[in-house]
Amino acid sequence: MAAQPLMRIENLVKHFHVRLGAFGERAATVHALDDVNFDILEGETLSLVGESGCGKSTTGFTLLNLHRATEGKVIYQGRNIVELDEKAMRPYRRQLQIVFQDPYSTLNPRMTIGEAVGEPILFHKLATKAELKDRIAALLADVGLPPRFASRYPHELSGGQRQRVAIARALACQPKFIVCDEAISALDVSVQAQIINLLLDLQQKYGLTYLFIAHDLAVVRHISDRVGVMYLGRLAELATREELFEHPLHPYTKALLSAVPEADPAHERSRKRQILQGDVPSPLSPPPGCRFHTRCPIAMDICDKVVPEWREARPGHRVACHAVTEGLPG
Amino acid sequence: MMMANTIRPEPSTKTGERLLDVKGLTIEIETRNGPATIVDGIDLHVGKGETLGIVGESGCGKSLTMLSMMRLLPNKIRVTKGEANFAGRDLQTMSNSELRKVRGGDVGFIFQDPMTSLNPVMRIGQQLAEPLIYHRGMSKAQARKRAGELLRLVGIPGAEERLDAYPHELSGGMRQRVMIAIGLACNPQLLIADEPTTALDVTIQAQIVDLVKDLRDKLGMSVVWITHDLALIAGLVDRINVLYAGTVVEDAPVDALFANPSHPYTQGLLASIPKLSDERSIRLSSIGGTPPEPGRRPKGCPFAPRCPLVESICHDSVPSLEGLSQNGSHRVACFVAQRKLEAA
Ligand SMILES: Nc1ncnc2c1ncn2[C@@H]1O[C@H](COP(=O)(O)OP(=O)(O)O)[C@@H](O)[C@H]1O
Ligand SMILES: Nc1ncnc2c1ncn2[C@@H]1O[C@H](COP(=O)(O)OP(=O)(O)O)[C@@H](O)[C@H]1O
Ligand code: SF4
Ligand code: SF4
Ligand SMILES: [Mg+2]
Ligand SMILES: [Mg+2]
Repeated sequence: MAAQPLMRIENLVKHFHVRLGAFGERAATVHALDDVNFDILEGETLSLVGESGCGKSTTGFTLLNLHRATEGKVIYQGRNIVELDEKAMRPYRRQLQIVFQDPYSTLNPRMTIGEAVGEPILFHKLATKAELKDRIAALLADVGLPPRFASRYPHELSGGQRQRVAIARALACQPKFIVCDEAISALDVSVQAQIINLLLDLQQKYGLTYLFIAHDLAVVRHISDRVGVMYLGRLAELATREELFEHPLHPYTKALLSAVPEADPAHERSRKRQILQGDVPSPLSPPPGCRFHTRCPIAMDICDKVVPEWREARPGHRVACHAVTEGLPG
Repeated sequence: MMMANTIRPEPSTKTGERLLDVKGLTIEIETRNGPATIVDGIDLHVGKGETLGIVGESGCGKSLTMLSMMRLLPNKIRVTKGEANFAGRDLQTMSNSELRKVRGGDVGFIFQDPMTSLNPVMRIGQQLAEPLIYHRGMSKAQARKRAGELLRLVGIPGAEERLDAYPHELSGGMRQRVMIAIGLACNPQLLIADEPTTALDVTIQAQIVDLVKDLRDKLGMSVVWITHDLALIAGLVDRINVLYAGTVVEDAPVDALFANPSHPYTQGLLASIPKLSDERSIRLSSIGGTPPEPGRRPKGCPFAPRCPLVESICHDSVPSLEGLSQNGSHRVACFVAQRKLEAA
């Protein structure tokens, strides 16, 4: 796949300024995202994985300019979109969509499904009033819902059906890029499989690009072209799915993969897991050097002093780890 | 923290000695349109030292079944039929004071969300000590010492210092460990874990599964582990019961269930889990539709509206759980699966 970058993320930083203490007397900084660099290729599914709090959602929000970036660039169609104000952002808003875990919280309970799907069409003037009804029916058909659902309300739908509506709403904008932030995580296995199939079908039909955020690595392995692993606000590793799952290089990736259960009793009973010690450190004062050094089984002297560079260890396979990149030239 | 590998005593699945034996348990909910069945005459049992996995999608009645045994059902929901015997005594008919001795004593519980089951304004140590004082008659000092040991047992670093912490001062993974410690406090004969890792990261899920496995082997207790995730319990349990719409549709030893799933619903569930060997963008097989709501149960087989193998008999009669294998250890509630076996 010789795809072009759809989006280029350069040195992206997002810090949240928060106040701590019983009276908010102490100012502190959450290092949610630090110096993140990657490309998102046209038409691909790029997944982000990592333990909760590692900055996956913040990445999704910041690169859609829903959070103001603290530093860095997100280049989309030749513009650095994170420096645009809301007005200048408007032409890009339609193309860049997001779908969340809990569609219930984003669907207005007093709006019918038809109104919910029609709203962005009217807002972005993508159809006339006369065309609207057909357009809504076509979108519902795209996500596998019969036209009669247009007159229903969110509470009359199952979780899987609501997630289909949320996807239809995003599709209504004729987007190029969709961030799926834990979009299937709350669904039951059988329904989850339906939505994964739907996402793959829509990608083919409309040439969509996905940033897929999920904590289920079996699902990520199924759906992704490439996978990025985050740890405490930084990218640890990024590679094609084959490379990442078959030749993981970063010690954190290895630990994460060793925790994924397989639907195979004999294999599960005999496997030795590499269990990570302790918890993820606080993003208020991330460890110096490599942020993983407090839990890394192979940490060296240099690791708590120098931040490992984000380097290409094999073609198309980037990693930030002194132990991996030590032997690489230059 | 790694524990030494203990040799696990053979669970008594084979000898048939049942620690927990639930028969024909039916649970109904009071609705505007009258009572609706949620759990429909469920049968399940757990042998001494055995680990049973209960698998099913959300809303199929997993939690209510467990809560009903301990007579902890919410308002408007009640048991209308059946019995639940623990160590030979019916939990449904024993006196409240007897039941209180069982609950948290010989039967330990771990729930999904520690924030709702831990008391937010009580220190961890006190919450651990209470059952020890109540059930095991320990003094305050003894109970505190044991509470510290329990926290260490479940792998909480700096255990003794954590005794004075409040739940909100701990991470999600740590709180879940505290829940496990409370569940284990009185050395229960049976531990019931209701989706204890569902909200946690894979890394912590794996730690907790390994922890329960080690403790079970060490203490020789029976475990019921409720989940919607078949892969997660593959290496933990001896036997699996698959629940659908408040009934057990398949009961099998774990290896048999994965190697030879026989109910169309079990087959559908297993097929919808993405596999290591899948090519990218291969379509996952999925089960169309959704489970029936209480009050809208079909007359015949509850799975009939979603079943790819449905026949006319399925709409009229309810299949019962019948033995597939020679020794009856693999049972399935499906007309078609049963007929296939007879033909073979
Ligand atoms: N609006 C916010 N204000 C302060 N801190 C935040 C905010 N949003 C996220 N964070 C913090 O930033 C870090 C990354 O969070 P998030 O991106 O949500 O992680 P993930 O999606 O990987 O679970 C966490 O420590 C989180 O608590
Ligand atoms: N407190 C309650 N009030 C009304 N209905 C409930 C209540 N608790 C559970 N139910 C219903 O009972 C059924 C079974 O619930 P539950 O046992 O919690 O399922 P599971 O644990 O398998 O997800 C569901 O359909 C649910 O909607
Ligand atoms: S840089 Fe050092 S501490 Fe970080 S992952 Fe590599 S070896 Fe471990
Ligand atoms: S009894 Fe009939 S409907 Fe029920 S699972 Fe078997 S084939 Fe399907
Ligand atoms: Mg998130
Ligand atoms: Mg439940």
